[in-house]
Amino acid sequence: MITVSYSALLRLLLPEVIVLAAALLVLAADLLIARTAQMRIRFVTAAVISGIGCISSIAQIVCAPQQANVFNGTLIISPETQLVQIALLVLTVLLVVLSIEASSFTSHVGEYFAVILFATTGMMFLVSTENVLLIFLSLELLSLSLYVLAAFKKRSSHSAEAALKYFLFGGMSAAFLLFGLSLLYGLSNSINLVQIAHAIKSPRLDPLLAVAIVMIVLGFGFKVAAVPFHFWAPDVYEGAPANSAALIASSAKVAGFVIFYQVMVIGFAGAEGSGDWRGHTPGWVPVVAVVAVLSMVLGNLVALTQTSVRRLLAYSAIAHAGYILLALVSHTEQSFIALLYYSITYALTLIGAFGVVSIVEEQVGGEKLSDFGGLSRRAPVLSSCMLIFMLSLAGIPPLAGFFGKFFLFASTLSAGQHTLGLLWLVVVAVAMSTVSIYYYLQVLKRIYIAEPPSEMRPIKVPNVSQLVLCAIALSILLLGCAPNLFLQWLQQPIRIAHF
Amino acid sequence: MLAWTIYISFLGGLALMLPRVPARGARVIALLAAIAGFTVTILVWLRPANGAMATIVHRSWIPSLGIEYHLAADGISLVLVLLTGIVAIAGVLFSWNIEHRSKEFFSLYLALIGGVYGVFLSADLFLLFVFYEIAIIPKYFLIAIWGSTQREYAAMKLALYSLVGSAMVLIVLIAAYVVAGAKTMDLLALSKFQFPLHFQMWAFPLMFVGFGILAGLWPFHTWAPTGHVAAPTAASMLLAGVVMKLGAYGCLRVAMVLFPHGLDPWSFTVLGLASWRDVFSLLAVIGIVYGALIALVQRDFKFVIGYSSVSHMGFVLLGLMTLSRIGLTGAVLQMFSHGVLAALLFAVVGRMVYDRTHTRDLGALSRMHLNKAIPFAAVTFVIAAIASIGMPGFSGFVAELQILIGAWSAFPIYVVGAGIGIAISVGYAWRAMQEAFFSDAVPESITPPLSPISMPERLGAGMLIIASLTVGLYPQLLLSLVIPALNSPLFDGLRKGHW
Amino acid sequence: MTAFPFLSVLTAVPLIGAITILGLGDRQKSRARIVALLFSLIALALTLILWHWFDSTSGELQFQEWHAWIPSLGAEYRLGIDGLGLVMLLLSALVVTMSIAASRQIRERERLYFSLVLFLEAGLFGTFTALNFFHWFIFWELSLIPAFFLIQLWGGPQRVSAATQFFVYMMVGSVALLLAFLALFHCTGTFDFLRLSQLAREGQLVPDLASNLAWHRFTPDQIALFIFGGVFLGFAVKVPLIPFHTWLPSTYAEAPTGTTMLLTGAMSKMGVYGFLRIVLPIFSPQVRSMLTPLLWLAVFTVVLSAFAALAQKDLKRMFAYSSINHLGYCMLGIFAVASLIGKAAALTTTALTTTQTAALDGVILQMFNHGLTAAALFWFVALLEARSGGLRGLNDFGGLRRVVPIFTGLMGITLFSSLGLPGLNGFIGEFLIFRGAFPLATWAASLSLLGLLVTAIFMLTILQRVFSGPLNERWSSMPDLAVTERLALLSPIALMFALGIFPQLILGVINSTVIRLVQQVRF
Repeated sequence: MITVSYSALLRLLLPEVIVLAAALLVLAADLLIARTAQMRIRFVTAAVISGIGCISSIAQIVCAPQQANVFNGTLIISPETQLVQIALLVLTVLLVVLSIEASSFTSHVGEYFAVILFATTGMMFLVSTENVLLIFLSLELLSLSLYVLAAFKKRSSHSAEAALKYFLFGGMSAAFLLFGLSLLYGLSNSINLVQIAHAIKSPRLDPLLAVAIVMIVLGFGFKVAAVPFHFWAPDVYEGAPANSAALIASSAKVAGFVIFYQVMVIGFAGAEGSGDWRGHTPGWVPVVAVVAVLSMVLGNLVALTQTSVRRLLAYSAIAHAGYILLALVSHTEQSFIALLYYSITYALTLIGAFGVVSIVEEQVGGEKLSDFGGLSRRAPVLSSCMLIFMLSLAGIPPLAGFFGKFFLFASTLSAGQHTLGLLWLVVVAVAMSTVSIYYYLQVLKRIYIAEPPSEMRPIKVPNVSQLVLCAIALSILLLGCAPNLFLQWLQQPIRIAHF
Repeated sequence: MLAWTIYISFLGGLALMLPRVPARGARVIALLAAIAGFTVTILVWLRPANGAMATIVHRSWIPSLGIEYHLAADGISLVLVLLTGIVAIAGVLFSWNIEHRSKEFFSLYLALIGGVYGVFLSADLFLLFVFYEIAIIPKYFLIAIWGSTQREYAAMKLALYSLVGSAMVLIVLIAAYVVAGAKTMDLLALSKFQFPLHFQMWAFPLMFVGFGILAGLWPFHTWAPTGHVAAPTAASMLLAGVVMKLGAYGCLRVAMVLFPHGLDPWSFTVLGLASWRDVFSLLAVIGIVYGALIALVQRDFKFVIGYSSVSHMGFVLLGLMTLSRIGLTGAVLQMFSHGVLAALLFAVVGRMVYDRTHTRDLGALSRMHLNKAIPFAAVTFVIAAIASIGMPGFSGFVAELQILIGAWSAFPIYVVGAGIGIAISVGYAWRAMQEAFFSDAVPESITPPLSPISMPERLGAGMLIIASLTVGLYPQLLLSLVIPALNSPLFDGLRKGHW
Repeated sequence: MTAFPFLSVLTAVPLIGAITILGLGDRQKSRARIVALLFSLIALALTLILWHWFDSTSGELQFQEWHAWIPSLGAEYRLGIDGLGLVMLLLSALVVTMSIAASRQIRERERLYFSLVLFLEAGLFGTFTALNFFHWFIFWELSLIPAFFLIQLWGGPQRVSAATQFFVYMMVGSVALLLAFLALFHCTGTFDFLRLSQLAREGQLVPDLASNLAWHRFTPDQIALFIFGGVFLGFAVKVPLIPFHTWLPSTYAEAPTGTTMLLTGAMSKMGVYGFLRIVLPIFSPQVRSMLTPLLWLAVFTVVLSAFAALAQKDLKRMFAYSSINHLGYCMLGIFAVASLIGKAAALTTTALTTTQTAALDGVILQMFNHGLTAAALFWFVALLEARSGGLRGLNDFGGLRRVVPIFTGLMGITLFSSLGLPGLNGFIGEFLIFRGAFPLATWAASLSLLGLLVTAIFMLTILQRVFSGPLNERWSSMPDLAVTERLALLSPIALMFALGIFPQLILGVINSTVIRLVQQVRF
């Protein structure tokens, strides 16, 4: 354990502080200076400030890499956490830029961007701690911000409904999580994950521990929208403003999965059990395995019947949560890399998809499947972007989604106590991802095959958004064709962290 | 150098997506790309080679997973690449009249061809799988956008069947990768690995069926006739001509090479079947007879050809299951032969007849006296039909001949079945020819004069006929490629000293 | 032998002719027949040259060409003819020429018609010269396609069903033949007829079949019999033997007469040729073991077809059945030759050789004669049809000899030749066959005599109903043969006389071949 001075602590926390400062600056600038200006200008200024904040935070991380473990794991700064933070910040920047032109849904510009940045701060803290208490706190910071974001379209009853639902479910799950964590504390007398793991290690599974496991899985399961804690997702994805939904679906997911992984793998080391076919032993792995299977099956099957693209994305998100949970089941170093790769590329894809959806919504007036009819002839570039997003989500090579799946499944299969012990999970996952192709193709079918409505006029796609979407699409293609670029970047810090 | 076939196709496809390219020029670009690919193949083919696997490109791709960008060709791949080149050129020629969204059409067309080339040239299984899937998506769009009868249903059915197949393949690929544990996806390396017998026993059938679905393996063939019928001419030419060969190629190159012991006898007998070899050869023969019988009673001209494809692909699978040099050679030759002839038949039916008469109903066609209206089409169809029923002098004969010789040694009873299949094929070919072209029915109404057969059509038909005739009269051209390939070390496991 | 690839050139000539005709412009459409005639005459001339250079003292294969083709498949480009092949080539060239000369009434798409005829001729030449199954089978099948279209496109009212029947029968036969040969190849690794027959003589074939096919439920002999069955079916359909004959009458009746000449004159010989070239040298023991049923088939063919002919009212159908009947004698001779046991065992070797030689001589002679005569008969039918406006019923005419005496005379000669009047060509062949068959298979030969009798009856009926009796007034102005027609018909008729008087013309060529064949059969 090291003790640090406040100035040293501040230096360690500089990336988070920069984001927080940017948030305050955005609020101040909007409230004090830009209040009377045009909406568009307000959006641009706010976005520029937030963007600069995030970018300088990234710059701080990249230029001054640090390594520290402060207060017994309360704050951990390692290449690994910094990497995740960079990824989260990049996602936030993309979202912020995409928000510039989505100016119609709110007049509270400063607040909107500030809350996004608050959420980002929460995520950044979330991924860089092994302290149970801090995990809970930052999770709440994140969640509260997300509730607000979901409700931001104040005039829309859908948005309000979504936010309320989200809030109620979220509150409940937070309670479960807290209960689980307190049980854990009671069992181990510690709030540090590593020490907890030491304390609870025993050859047999304590019933109390089992309860704690279930509670915690439940709490996190809610965050990552895994079945059976997924009820909020479709409504929130549908009702929330597009960019809020994108945030909830993308970077919040990444952070959620990372911390879920940390808590389970570090905190419950020794209580894994096994999820092997015909060889399972009690522990948290079988629980997660069941959740994963349920998510994959239910998410994919229900998505088949959706007519709203957003709801479709929501159910597909549930399914993807199922895939990602495979990484927890296998919990090897490889699978953590796979988890990061998968969740980050997935987040990227979803931001893109929501970007397209929000543009279509604005221009066509809806986001039902039928509203996408003939899109390819009205907005060819936008359509090609959507093509790439959907195919990547479906896991078609050579896009990032395919490599993510391949890597994830390969790492799952090589784990397990017996050779191919987890094959059954992979079989379910592959089968279900085949099912998923059907509904992704439904979207593409509307875009490319259906005839455009009779009064066809080209859709005006805002320039910046188009640029960003193209960039995202290209990066998904690039990440799929040359996954090694990203993989190397992920592998180095994680190798260091684990050995 | 052969790698350029892939690059040229994809580059051509990309070039067509550029906004500046005029729509009329699309077909020219596509034709040039197809010819360029074919020329490259011919140049390589002229170069002396011993037929064994020769590496074309070998780069590290995803080193952390041991995945390499490894393109290589042996005699078998070269034969199929040659086939792809021929069919690709013919396909463009027969699509010369595409006006509707022609840029997109040819762009997807070239993407499909690029994917097909890629599969045939991949020596790394990951890469092979990537190309395999790349080929599926353009197919979907080609059928769904430019197709006819029930196009969306057929396209979706085709896509889902193919993807289910590829999901099965993917599972086995990942499992094999993990079981081999050598961090490599290289075909040559994996083929040297002795997979445990019990693993091969389930991996082989799973993968064989996975690939077999695309090869029209009965009873998983149902996508084929509907897909062929709905597809626009060029797409059905490619589909029957080349894409079905992807499946058969996968069966031979991957499933059988990796898991030769999957063909070993079981320790028990079910219904007289004692190994997967028995099962699949039985399915192949059923496919031969069943396809032919169904073709015999179809009203729709294109369905006749569609089911005949199932029947002919049954020969390929039967040839594979003979596990003798001559049978396998025959199977490869049959792939080539069926590729050329099915393309020709679909060209006649789809382009020459349907595009002019707008009906494919044999009853309606029989009233049009097509042999007088478009004699060229009649002659072409006659040649294609007699070639496809195995008339000596054409490629189908040498292929079926070898398959049947191989089958005599393995399963004499099935030879009789195959013989019945051939006899029935005479029946359906004759019936289609009779009703569509040579019927004496009195014209009910005066049909408007049909436009004469255009020059591109003549060229395309001539090319395909010459290809079939050349191979039929001098099969040594291909045999000198295929036989050394089958004698190469890659097939050591399968050979087991048999040939 | 000469190094010049005579046989390839011979096969190429009609092919080139066919392509030339297809390439004729619209203006020269009417010249198609002349061009076709020219090419067929060239081919005929070539066969005559072959005949001239042929070394008739040697029974070995001559004019051989031998090139590797597909080594891994045992396919070779191997050509060669012995006396049998030569006679068949002569016959084909002759019949094709006659057919083209007789096809004046083709007015529709004549380019296609005549090029198909020449394609067919190429197929015939190829079949009769090939010595390797792979190569042979290409031509065997190739000849089917033009025949099919000739019937399909230019035939009579029922042409579609006739063509279909023809095609389907032929294909089924071919498939059986093919499968059987594939099994042979699988077991012996060769497609070469000579090599196969050598294996058979060495007694190697049956063990090879048994060990490679390994059907444990069957004995080697049964397996060999099964394979023989496939080959037999292929040829029996072609000849045809009753009960595989049902395609023939309607096909012959519906085909345009020129085509019928080809079918009966040349194509039906392909089947008999197959029996001589392939079945006897390779499958002699199997024929022998099935001798009684096979002889019965031959007897049925001879007798039933004769009766069937008697029952017909249509001239073409009558001649069609008479074709079956005539080829039935050939089959009788062939099967009889295969018998070494029973009656044959009582004969001394020399006597056996003599009888067998006689039978085979008769068979080959009969093939040639029947080809010539039947083609001529159908030609007469064509001429008659051209004058009667398509009528050709037995009872549609009467007393024609008063109106068209020359026609009557020439057709009468041909009819007599067909029924085997001594002095005309038909007699020698049938006589030799019975001469050989009696000692070898007495009962079958005796029963077949009935066929001869009935043949005589229906031939005479034709003469009587059509040419004598009261004149049907309708035909009182029927024109007699024109000068060109007379000239054209003169050569076949002259040939009939020539062969009737000097059978040595043919026998001389085939004798050594037959002796060699007889040696080959005896194992």
